[in-house]
Amino acid sequence: MISYIIRRFLYAIPILIGVNILTFVLFFIVNSPDDMARMQLGQKHVTQQAIDNWKQQHGYDAPLLWDEKGEGAEKITKTIFYQKSVGLFLFRFGTSDSGRNIGADIKERAWPSMAVALPTLILGLIVDICVALMVVLFRGSKLELGGMILCVILMSVSSLFYIIGGQFVIAKVLRWVPISGYDEGFAAVKFIILPVLIGVFAGIGSGVRWYRTLFLEEVEKDYVRTARAKGLTETQTLFRHVLPNAMIPILTGVVVVLPTLFMGSLIMESFFSIPGLGSYTIDAINSQDFAIVRAMVFLGSVLYVIGLLLTDISYTLVDPRVRLS
Amino acid sequence: MSSFLSYNLLFRTCVLIAIILLASCDGVQLNNPYPAEQNGQAILYQSFDERPKHLDPAVAYSENEYAFLAQIYEPPFQYHYLKRPYELVPLTAAKLPDISYFNKKNEKLSANADAKEIAFTDYIIDIKPNINYQPHPALAKAGNGEYRYHHLNQTEIDSLNTLADFAETGTRELTAEDYVYQIKRLAHPKTQSPIAEMMKGYIVGFGEFAEKVKSLPKTAIKDLPLSGVTAISPTQYRVRINGKYPQFMYWLAMSFFAPMPWEADVFYDQPGLSEKNITLDWYPFGTGAYLLSENNPNRRMILERNPNFHRETYPTEGEPEDQAKGLLNDAGKALPFIDKVIFTLEKETIPRWTKFLQGYFDASGIASDSFDQAVQFSEGRVELTPSMQEKHIQLQTSIEASLFYTGFNMLDATVGGNTEQARKLRQAIAIAIDNEEFISIFRNGRGEAPQGVIPPGIFGYLDGKAGLNPFVYDWIDDKPKRKNIAAALQLMKEAGYENGIDPKTRQPLILNIDTTSASIDDRPRLSWYRKQFAKLGINLVIRDTDFNRFQDKIRTGNAQIFTLGWNADYPDPENFFFLLYGGNSKVKFGGENGANYQNPEFDRLFEQMRNMDNNSQRLQLIQQMEGIIRRDLPWIVNFFPKKFTLSHNWYNNRKPHAMANNELKYQRLDTVSRTQQRQAWNAPIVWPLLLFGIIFAILLAFSVHAVRSRTRKNYND
Repeated sequence: MISYIIRRFLYAIPILIGVNILTFVLFFIVNSPDDMARMQLGQKHVTQQAIDNWKQQHGYDAPLLWDEKGEGAEKITKTIFYQKSVGLFLFRFGTSDSGRNIGADIKERAWPSMAVALPTLILGLIVDICVALMVVLFRGSKLELGGMILCVILMSVSSLFYIIGGQFVIAKVLRWVPISGYDEGFAAVKFIILPVLIGVFAGIGSGVRWYRTLFLEEVEKDYVRTARAKGLTETQTLFRHVLPNAMIPILTGVVVVLPTLFMGSLIMESFFSIPGLGSYTIDAINSQDFAIVRAMVFLGSVLYVIGLLLTDISYTLVDPRVRLS
Repeated sequence: MSSFLSYNLLFRTCVLIAIILLASCDGVQLNNPYPAEQNGQAILYQSFDERPKHLDPAVAYSENEYAFLAQIYEPPFQYHYLKRPYELVPLTAAKLPDISYFNKKNEKLSANADAKEIAFTDYIIDIKPNINYQPHPALAKAGNGEYRYHHLNQTEIDSLNTLADFAETGTRELTAEDYVYQIKRLAHPKTQSPIAEMMKGYIVGFGEFAEKVKSLPKTAIKDLPLSGVTAISPTQYRVRINGKYPQFMYWLAMSFFAPMPWEADVFYDQPGLSEKNITLDWYPFGTGAYLLSENNPNRRMILERNPNFHRETYPTEGEPEDQAKGLLNDAGKALPFIDKVIFTLEKETIPRWTKFLQGYFDASGIASDSFDQAVQFSEGRVELTPSMQEKHIQLQTSIEASLFYTGFNMLDATVGGNTEQARKLRQAIAIAIDNEEFISIFRNGRGEAPQGVIPPGIFGYLDGKAGLNPFVYDWIDDKPKRKNIAAALQLMKEAGYENGIDPKTRQPLILNIDTTSASIDDRPRLSWYRKQFAKLGINLVIRDTDFNRFQDKIRTGNAQIFTLGWNADYPDPENFFFLLYGGNSKVKFGGENGANYQNPEFDRLFEQMRNMDNNSQRLQLIQQMEGIIRRDLPWIVNFFPKKFTLSHNWYNNRKPHAMANNELKYQRLDTVSRTQQRQAWNAPIVWPLLLFGIIFAILLAFSVHAVRSRTRKNYND
């Protein structure tokens, strides 16, 4: 398995280089270094001299991808792409174009994002699976039909509606929790209750329908019939046999998102003033801060690769027939 | 097992409800976002929606940055908090500067010398003694007198995360040399000050100094001389500028010219600190009423009272009505009144507005979606709605020193140029664009339709008939009334575009407006623009583009019509008219004149007016210039924005100021009243929790019963 993991990591290198090139090209098709300088220097009294000075100070005065005037390897190494990208592979994200250390920012903002995303994922998973199993238990009945109609209604409503509605009812009308904000340690609980509940509730419709489909596929298989035949109750059959056998598709969806949880949620964090990473990339795109954009895209790619690898590894844990080689 | 679980859950729910019921009986506010220990403290709660990009006074140049910096840094002068029109008064300076004029031979001239003769102007500034910096590790000294943290090793740096991790702090007295040092910082190319290029034209020796130090580290400038800026004594310094530029005084009231101790750069420039985000751009270092004790702009920023703040008192004079408004109740008392200011990041308007209504923010602006909830118009007057009045919320309105305009590219073959045909076309468009309607529809009345370029409150603005734009308005019933569209159609005919038909193509005239506003939210506004031009038979094409391309078009003169805004640096007509000065043409000289307007007569008057002190002659020149702009119309000034702010009745000494940002030190809170009103407004409603609990218990019991029945049924099957 170790050789498999190493091989997967090696496969990731060209993927990450490709992602990096793509990000670079897409960014600089839309923004030139002069545009970036103007954005950073503001709207007033910006002269070409100030722009040239900014580019020189931030290392954007070199050619983008290829230096005609350079000799040998310098044709590549004395370019913006090389200078700005090589550190990424060592996880040195460097400094943002507005002067902040990106690594330190990510570290600081990752925890609040996790504080909301992780409970939402775990609680959502438990609720969705339990409700889905319940629906499967009542398959063919009016309860299942009613449940599915309810799920379709729930998933048809925009998550923004849940957020605004939840804030209005729980925080404004009933005044049970603060409408937004964040605090350190245990004091954060009162702030994350509402976003977590809304996150779970907003995901019930789609989650239950997805898991119900998985369970229904399993529930008709021979081993389930055997379980029933040997005298197990329906609840025991569902929890002891159907659920473990449905774990592979569940893991596919869950494990892959685990490493990216700290990347946060843009809308949720924005409405609840959670100081997470949700808006970090979008804010950087709006302010044309290439240093942050490339760092976050690179990090996102790495985490996705790790997520996929973890998913593969988790298969071996839930299904003894799977061997990684 | 299942029944045990359900009973257990039911029990826990009941306990939770009981706790909440008990808590509510005790007056506890469950929705209070602040820790209980902050109750009753003189803490001002504010919000912000965009993180400040820079907090280095040499770099920061945005309103949201000044909201913090102005409380921390102290330039030599400030605006009087209460007096209008805006007036400069000393801050750290002992008095207003002694200004002397010199000719090319460096001979002193009289105070009323002709501006043409003046080659240099000297500003001699005296600093008050006994002003100390905020406690800061950069000034901490060891027992041997050496700076404690100027030579940090890697182990020490590794153990640090924020500025608060430094165990010791120190202070020292402010000196004139600190002001000189800051001006040198402005010049250093590595500082990247946005005003550096402009100051090269004003401060003597600024450009040469920048050239000399460009390859040196920031810390090397301390002992290098800048010829135009010198410390004469520890409490006196001189700034020499080229020619006469009276507006330079206003620059001396901006954070760019606040003092900076040389120790700051030595401390912050140590390798490794910037990787921890411990930089001067993040942790400001001043002498002001407040210091930034926490800087996490993704969550909150906290200003605390500077324990070393020098004595400054509340103004004893103001406008005549200030006494009646209670704005002079604290006259002569020592500043500041508020101990701490907590700024919380609130990006969305809904939670921000709700927190204000709950009393958790002391003041608020009014977003469009809550405007009708807050404000109503009654017989043309703005007033608060009954629900706001019930909460004793106060409304303040003020015209900002800003303007928004529709610009014509004067280099364009159709709308530009000084021909009679083009001028009449522009005048017709000016009549057709109904600014009053725009303000009413898109700004909820928060703006004033302009008659000229100068906003109210700035020298040169004339109210009433004297300030009327006769090309667009008539004076009827003692107020300006926009000319009838028939007058615009007549102008179109005279311009050669009868009924909007372009004689060259025999089709409706097509004009293009460039804009960066292309989202769904902007469509009604753009559609409104089309309708205004359609009144004249003109087909307006909206060319939406991204910000970069828009800037390119303006820079290269490829835009035909565009919309832009301007926020004044200082309250002087020069800071508005320079946007139309030919020498600042965007295409020719890369200046701020995006319309590329060039009129020799206007330019001559501008050159004459800009160096004058405010007097009747200057006022006359300004009116002449306004007359030229009204006739030539390189811009249609759309509106002067009006700021509406709400505050609770416990928040006192608030007076809107379009130029000053250091207003927090003057303001006061009645914390007893705030605590009482917050409690009254925020008692939790608990009965629905009980109802939810019962419903949940019933559903749970039903589910358990249903599962059991189903299991039994399947088993029996």
